[in-house]
Amino acid sequence: MTHDAGFWVLQALNALQLSMLLFLLSVGLTVIFGLMHFVNLAHGALYALGAYVAASVAGAWGGFWVGLIVAPIAVAAMGVVLYGGLIRRMRRSGPMAQVLVTFGLIFALLDLTRIIWGDVALASDVPALLEGQVRLLGVDYPAYRLFVIGLGLAVLAVLAFVLGRTQIGAMIRAGVDNDAMAACLGIDVERLFFVVFCVGCALAGLAGAVAAPLLSVTPDMGLQILIPVLIVIVIGGLGSLKGAIAGALIYGVVQTFGAVLAPQLSSVLIYALLALVLVTRPTGLFPAKG
Amino acid sequence: MLDLLDVRSGYGETQVLHGLSLAARPGRVLAVLGRNGAGKSTTLKTIMGLLPCRGGEIRLDGVPIAKRPFDVARDGIAYVPETRDIFPSLTVRENLELAARRFAAKGAGSWTLERVLELFPRLGERMDNGGTQLSGGEQQMLAIARALLMNPRLLILDEPTEGLAPIIVKLIHDKLQELKRAGLTMVVVEQNFGFATSLADDVAVVSKGQVVWTGSASEIRADVEAQHRWLGV
Repeated sequence: MTHDAGFWVLQALNALQLSMLLFLLSVGLTVIFGLMHFVNLAHGALYALGAYVAASVAGAWGGFWVGLIVAPIAVAAMGVVLYGGLIRRMRRSGPMAQVLVTFGLIFALLDLTRIIWGDVALASDVPALLEGQVRLLGVDYPAYRLFVIGLGLAVLAVLAFVLGRTQIGAMIRAGVDNDAMAACLGIDVERLFFVVFCVGCALAGLAGAVAAPLLSVTPDMGLQILIPVLIVIVIGGLGSLKGAIAGALIYGVVQTFGAVLAPQLSSVLIYALLALVLVTRPTGLFPAKG
Repeated sequence: MLDLLDVRSGYGETQVLHGLSLAARPGRVLAVLGRNGAGKSTTLKTIMGLLPCRGGEIRLDGVPIAKRPFDVARDGIAYVPETRDIFPSLTVRENLELAARRFAAKGAGSWTLERVLELFPRLGERMDNGGTQLSGGEQQMLAIARALLMNPRLLILDEPTEGLAPIIVKLIHDKLQELKRAGLTMVVVEQNFGFATSLADDVAVVSKGQVVWTGSASEIRADVEAQHRWLGV
């Protein structure tokens, strides 16, 4: 099996697809943390919400594509509510209080989805346009999974451009570096954080919408993805786009190849890697603060 | 232009300023002198809104000053902190543009990218370098240039000469002298007595969170007893 080139291509694509999903989730969380030192554990629950909204919209109004657009908007709107009601007030409290409150929020959102959608798994179909397989590098690969990879790369490109080349990107990087000094230059860091928070929520919703046809949509899917996302962020280093993509790629590769090459070890492998990174580079591979 | 009246401030539980009063007058340079821990940096941070003013009042042109740092900045006070606080993830150009675009030049005589690069030609050669690749002196120049691009009414500097080689101290002195001649109001916190008194018009000496001596720069240069008593010079 491992001598077959097709095997490697297939697994590499699988790894890339998983990485892109994790990237969409981690990038919002890591930049929110970097900018405001705010730990939002409820990020995974927002992802689950996005999946539910997308699956429901796709079912009711007959369209994956409508769901793909509505889910990020709905989750960003939820983000506005959370920000105004809770997070803005939590800004000055310590990390322990933030962790506790947002951890509680996970369960509140989890039950909210249970009340609205029930406790059964929701199925969502792959859109007709992306059904079937595409022949690529000698293997047949599901078109939808290629779409996920492409979408992740597109989001990466847009974020890299915005963060690296635009004025608002420079403001965000300055805020991550030193929020007090950024404020002294007349930047409204609080409003910047609000915008970044909403974009992060929208990306979590987008990830949920994209994941819906791949996984079964269950209330606890947000809890399941949380640990991988946190591992990605810790490996990559807090606050940076580069860290989020590097961490996501490492996680995707280790997880995917670990599962097929060393199934007995696969559940330990990523934690071993995490431990190694923490020992050698305690701040992660590409932390925003040098 | 800037008046501090009986200001109380500090970090957390620790009060550092115990009713500090001083005034910066338009078009003049005020040097704030004092020993380590006297409350000089705390004074500047309280002006900027980085520390809350817990008592007394700070007035800018007779009006109570804004509470949040970005409002203070928008009201025309530019701050050069002791640690310079150059953004490491930004290039020199981005560090400058961040300030420049938010405070668009208002007519002739206002600061533009071209003009600050004339003032500090060295920065022009390093525009695409990262903020952390600069020497201490270059970081100080960048911090001052960035502050000027905000086209401030008042420039406040915290120990601009700290840790710099004598030749750079001289350069910074000359540049600040040039700004003073152009009419910019400044408040400078300094440990370097010679630097401060040759630049400043007025001097306020701080000890234990209060102003204990005020007068002109020439007066304190002549007052050996005050120097010895308050500054240990």
